[in-house]
Order: sequence, then structure tokens, then C-alpha cells
Amino acid sequence: MSSILGPKQFQIPRIFPRPMSHSGIWYWLGTVDHKKIGTMYGIVSFFWFIMGGIEALLIRVQLSQAENDIISPELYNQLFTMHGTTMVFLVVMPLSAAFFNWLIPLQIGARDVAFPRLNALSLWVFIFGSILMNISWFTGEAPNGGWFGYPPNSTIQFNPGNGMTFWVLGLNVLGVASIAAGLNFIVTIINMRAPGMTMMRMPVFTWMTFITSILIVLALPILGVAGIQMTGDRVYGTNFFNSEAGGDPIFWQHIFWLFGHPEVYILILPAMGIVSEILPTFARKPLFGYTFIVFSGAIIGFMGWFVWSHHMFTVGLGPAANTAFTLSTMLIAIPTGVKIFNWLATLWGGSIKFTTAMLFSIGFIAMFTIGGLSGVTHAVSPSDAQQQDTYYVVAHFHYVLFGGAIFAIFGGLYFWWPKFTGYMLNERLGILNFIIMMIGFNLQFAPMHWLGLDGMPRRIYTYAENMGWELSNLAATVGGFLIAFSVLIFIINVFISRRNKKLASGDPWDARTLEWSISSPPPHYNFVNIPQVEHIDDWWYKKYPELLEGSPKQTKSAKATVEDTSNVDESKIHLPDLSYYPLFVGIGLSIAALGVIYSYALVTIGLILVFWGCIGWSTEPVNEPHEKHH
Amino acid sequence: MSNQGVTVHHGEEINNSTGVSNKKLLMWAFLGSDVMFFGTFIGTFMAYRNKSLNGPYPEDTLDIPITSVSTFVLLMSSLGVVLAVHYLKESKMGLAKFWLILVIIMGMIFMGFQVYEFTHFAHIGMTPQANLFGSTFFTLTSLHGAHVSLGILWLIFLLYNEYKGNLTSENAIDLELAGLYWHFVDIVWIIIFALLYLITAGDGVPPGGLPWTAGH
Ligand SMILES: [Cu+2]
Repeated sequence: MSSILGPKQFQIPRIFPRPMSHSGIWYWLGTVDHKKIGTMYGIVSFFWFIMGGIEALLIRVQLSQAENDIISPELYNQLFTMHGTTMVFLVVMPLSAAFFNWLIPLQIGARDVAFPRLNALSLWVFIFGSILMNISWFTGEAPNGGWFGYPPNSTIQFNPGNGMTFWVLGLNVLGVASIAAGLNFIVTIINMRAPGMTMMRMPVFTWMTFITSILIVLALPILGVAGIQMTGDRVYGTNFFNSEAGGDPIFWQHIFWLFGHPEVYILILPAMGIVSEILPTFARKPLFGYTFIVFSGAIIGFMGWFVWSHHMFTVGLGPAANTAFTLSTMLIAIPTGVKIFNWLATLWGGSIKFTTAMLFSIGFIAMFTIGGLSGVTHAVSPSDAQQQDTYYVVAHFHYVLFGGAIFAIFGGLYFWWPKFTGYMLNERLGILNFIIMMIGFNLQFAPMHWLGLDGMPRRIYTYAENMGWELSNLAATVGGFLIAFSVLIFIINVFISRRNKKLASGDPWDARTLEWSISSPPPHYNFVNIPQVEHIDDWWYKKYPELLEGSPKQTKSAKATVEDTSNVDESKIHLPDLSYYPLFVGIGLSIAALGVIYSYALVTIGLILVFWGCIGWSTEPVNEPHEKHH
Repeated sequence: MSNQGVTVHHGEEINNSTGVSNKKLLMWAFLGSDVMFFGTFIGTFMAYRNKSLNGPYPEDTLDIPITSVSTFVLLMSSLGVVLAVHYLKESKMGLAKFWLILVIIMGMIFMGFQVYEFTHFAHIGMTPQANLFGSTFFTLTSLHGAHVSLGILWLIFLLYNEYKGNLTSENAIDLELAGLYWHFVDIVWIIIFALLYLITAGDGVPPGGLPWTAGH
């Protein structure tokens, strides 16, 4: 975004005054503070987590017994499509973004991200994009073509109505949000590090965010192109996937999975980063093989581009392609395995504290390993022919995405909650939350392995009585409700912590990285003094310098204390002012997308909003001149 | 007490690990992202080359000499941007404005050619709906056109600020970034011109015939 910094500042006339207050609704709508933006990302995506969970429960209720007819086949199609889409694009990605926002500036010793207003733009585009996608429920035509939208099932010829148009436009809007955030975090991590924070001193979570951001920036445009092509087909009568005109439905599969497989790592790498922060903290020893973990992440990020056709083994690409993609997929399991062994070795010989965050991280390793191994079984293309489109695949990706990503995210929530809010969560409730989620998760998804191998197909809304699938399906449904109960415990825990206000210190876990060297919650300027970094886990070695001299255990007392903010002269604090332009660009984009379905008038209104927002944005000074206190 | 009177600053003046400005890094990362965007469209075009089931085919539509002219104009505009940035940095505002205006005009000429080309194609029945060639050709070229148009708006905005005295040698980076974008859009066009026009121009009825005539 270009900003003209000349002496005679030109601004377009404001329709609304620039928000200046530091509380209330206008503050939240105009904030450019990465911590507030992270909080809003977290709240909104947790809301969608509950919605996606309700969709899953409805699916489970329908499948709980044979020949059930609680839910119509049409609604069932909408439910599984929106459940998958919601959990991938509205939950795991933005929940990871919530952690990026909160933690990256704190972990690298910066006062904010490189482009605070661009960051706000990502948030608002995400929020309105998620609303756009879900408005479809109120029209009665929610997307119903599956979360990967295969033609011809998703083309206008075989799937008329607006459902899949909502889906594809929603994804395109959400893609803009992701790309903007990805660009921002790439620049932030490259350029905003504190003095001494070399790349190989960065916390692993920062590294995984960096790799994830690169993947986002390179993979989401591919989905964007697929989306534009499908929008063209559905709304303007182009022929990309229209077989009548020679269009090739398989071509969609190639583009979608060329995006889709890197997307898998976009979902899981942040979780791996979270776990890599929690394990050393509670094992009370450094992460084993830091360099290996970082480079494994980078190799995964690179090799993730060469495996996409393992989603298409049964399409008939021929033995050469199937063999090549079998091999590349099995190869990519190696760096993943390296990470798992590094995590185990981190635990080895540690003085382990079984906090909730630690339990979720250990749960992550176990569940992710199961999911990873079942993944290797369908990397073998002949065996995949049996598994394709069965519940075995559903079991696999829930083990990596729920048992993996969501477990790690819950671990991260328990770990960083004191930092985010200043209050401790109740550990007893936390452990109960973990145990019930663990039991419920396995009860729900383990039976799907044998259901799938027994031939139960995905996406069927009911099944016959004599198939022998009733008991396993019933167990899965019970498991689903147990998971819901465990999430309820988490919500109760949050409310209890807000009521009890058990204050958290700046460093409640005696942890290792820079975010724990400042008070909880951090002041809006983060660091009073920008830290000088000398080591990996710099905060840990500032506290226990004797460990660097080879002392086996840290002494009782820490040598460094959390930053004291009581003497900071607030009048000398110089941070960017609020801006409402990102909000308007975000709204405008979704209105324009809605207009593609309904009317060009809406497109025009939306684009005017976007244009006005962009001009206002680029002419708006970061700080209003009269705000300067120097 | 040591924190007494600490002034908390924000942004680039404090942390700048590489010495390259944030804006420039952002632009490079964005262009990397845009490479994937155009790359996928170009890949689609090549995958669907010679797959149209009916005309009009490229040999019936494309006019290489005309598009060569607009390609040449766009290429020259890249040179213009280089000069505009150069003179802005040297504070030779008259020349800087002159070259920037010229670049904007050349961009508009290019867009004019595209509008002419599109209307001409529509006139002879080559539309995005006509066949696979139309769908792939129009999405790619029109999205490239959208990039050029956005670039023109950006340059006009910068030109306005040159006249207002806001854009001077001190913040020449703002024009430099626009120039970087302009060069990128230009390079993409060269690839499009090579693949969509020069290589494709002779394509007629697919070799081996249409699916229902093949083998007869
Ligand atoms: Cu994959």
C-alpha cells in the first residue's frame, strides 16, 4: 500500500471522523493492534467451530441408525459440504491466524506486524467472507457439492441454483484474506525481528508460521483461479469444466489438489509449531533437534507441491503417474516422521509437568501419528483403490485435522490463555476437557477405519440395515456428542476464569520465548525496550544463564524478570492510529461478490466501497498530525 | 526506574532486519503470489489448447500484426517507467512528470487495443462462451487487462501527487514500487503474447480431428 509522506498531506474528505477512542465498538472496528485483531480472529473462528460442530452432530444423528430419515438427502449434502468447508476455511485456518497475530510480533520482539492496517483488512475480509458463505443457509440453497466441489457434481448443468456459486465466491473472498495475511507475516518475519534474532534463533512456531505463510501466498492463488473458472462456468456460461464443450472435469481435480495438498500443510504446520513450543516448556529442556525440525518443516513445505495426485489414484492417470505420486507421498512422510521422533526425544529425560497444554500436545503426537500412518496406507495406490471415497479416508483426515490440528490448537489455547487475557484457566477443568475430548474423539473416528475398510462410502445420507454398520455408527455418534461436551467444558472454563479473575503473571509456566518476558496481557506497545537476542530460547537463558555454562539443571531463582511497565510515560508512546478503511474494503469485497449472484448494482456498490477504501487508506497518514506528542 | 521517560516508537525505524524496506518486500512477495495466479491461468490455456469442439479457432480470430503493435507499446512503457523513477530520484520533476504521463498514455493505448480486439472477437462470434479457446483466452487476457488498468489508476494517483508536491525524490520508493508492478505486468504480457498469440495463432481444427470424427 503506497502512502504518500510528502509535506502537504493530501487526504480524501472523510465521511466519518477517524476513530480515536481506545475503548468501545469503534475502537474494535478500527483497531490495527495485532493483539486485538488476533482476539477477533479467535472469537469469530471459534463461533464457526461451534457451527461446524453442530453441522457434524446433525450428520452423526442422521447416521446413528440404519435407514434413518431425520434429515433429508438434500439437507445432508449441504451439511457435509458446509461442515468440511467451515472446518477448513473458517476454523483451522483462521484459528491458526489468531495465533499468528497474537504471537508473531511477541515472539520476534516487535511492536506490531509490518502492515497493521493490512492485517485489519485480512480480518475483515475473512469475517465478511465467512458471513457471505453462510448467508446461503438463509436462501435455502447452501453449497451441496462437497468441500472439494468436483465437477460435474458442481457444474450448473447438474447442480443448478446458487449453492455452489456461494461456495466458490465465498472461497475466493476468503482467499484474499488469507493471501493478505500471508504476505504480511512473510514481511513481518523477514524484516521485523529484534536485533540479534537471526533466522536460526527464531522460535519454531515463528518458523512454521513463516513456512505456512509462504504456502498460503503460493497456493491460495491457485484456488482463486479454480474459483474464477468455476464462477465463470456457473454464472457466465464459460466452458472450463463443461464436458459438453470439451471441458475436462478431471482438470478441476488437478488444480484443486495442486492447491489442496499444500493446504493440508497450511492446516498442520502451525499446529506443529504450537506443539514445538509447549513440549520443551513442560519437559523443561530444549527442543531436541531444533535445526532438524525447522528444516523438516521447510522440506515438507517444498515437497507438498509434488504429491497432489495421490488424491486422484482412482481417476485413471495410469501406472506411471500413480507410481510417481505413490513414491513422492511416501517420501514426504519422512520429514514428518523426523519431527515426531524429535518431539519424543524432547520428552526423553525431561522433568515433565502434565499440564492441560502438555496433555493436548502429547495427545497431538499420538493421534497425529495414527492419522499419519493411515495416510501412508493410502499413499500406496493399489491399497488406495479399496479406500477411496470410504469412511477410512474420513477417519484418516480427522485423525490429522482434529487429532492433529484441533488438539494442538486447544493445547495452544490453554498454554497462551494467560498471555492473551491475563487470567489463568482452571487446570482441573482443562484436564477434564482433554480426557473427554480424547475419549470422544477416538470413539467417533476409530470405528470409521473399519467401517471404511468394510466398504461404507462417504457422503451417503443413510445405509441399509443388514450391513453390520449400526453399532460402529452409533458409537461414532456418541463420540461426537462427547466431543461437543468437552468443548462445552472449555467454554465453561473460559467463563469461570473471567469470573474468578485468577491473575496470571507475565511468565506463569516459566517458559522459554520472548512473549513470556513481558506482562500478561501485554501492553499495547508490547515491549518497553526492544530485546537484544543472543540465543535460541533467549528468555530462558536470560533467566538461567548458568545453563549455558553446562550446569545440568537451572538454579532455583531466575536472573531476569518480566518487563516492568509502571514507569512508562504513556504520553510518549507512538503507535499507529485507528483506521476504518480496512473494514470498508472488507465489506465492499463481500458485497461485490454477493452481487455476482444477485445484481450488478451490488457489484458496483461493493467496488465503489473497495475503491474508496483503498484511496482513503493510501492517503491516510499512519498518525494524525495533531496526535503527535513530541 | 530505568524505563523512566522511554519513548516507545513503532515500525520500521526500530526493527528492520534486512535493510530492505517493508513495502518493497511486500511487493516482491505479492508478485510471487501473482506468478502462481497467472501461472495457473496460463497452464489452463495450454492444457486446453486444441481441445475446442467447435470454432472459431485461433486461426480464424487472432491478428498477430495488430497485437504486436500493442505489445510493442506496452514494452516501451516499461522503459518509460524506468525513466520516470530515474528523474524523480534526481528531482528533475518536469521530466519525471513527462515520462509518467507518457507511460499512462501508453498503458491506455494498450487497453484501447484490447477493447478493440475484444469487440472485434465478439463480432465474429469468439466469446468466452463460444468454446474452450474463448473461455481460456478471455479469462487470461481480461485479468491481465485488469492488472494493467489497476496499474494505470495507481500511476495516475502518483502523478496527481507529483503535481501536489507530495511525491518527491524522498519518497521515490512509492513510484519505484508501482514501476516494479508495471514491469511484472509487462513480463506476464510477453509470456501471454508468446503462448496465446504467436504459438497458438495457426491452430485450427484440432490435429487428429474432433472426437467424433477421430478414427474415420
Ligand atoms: Cu494430499
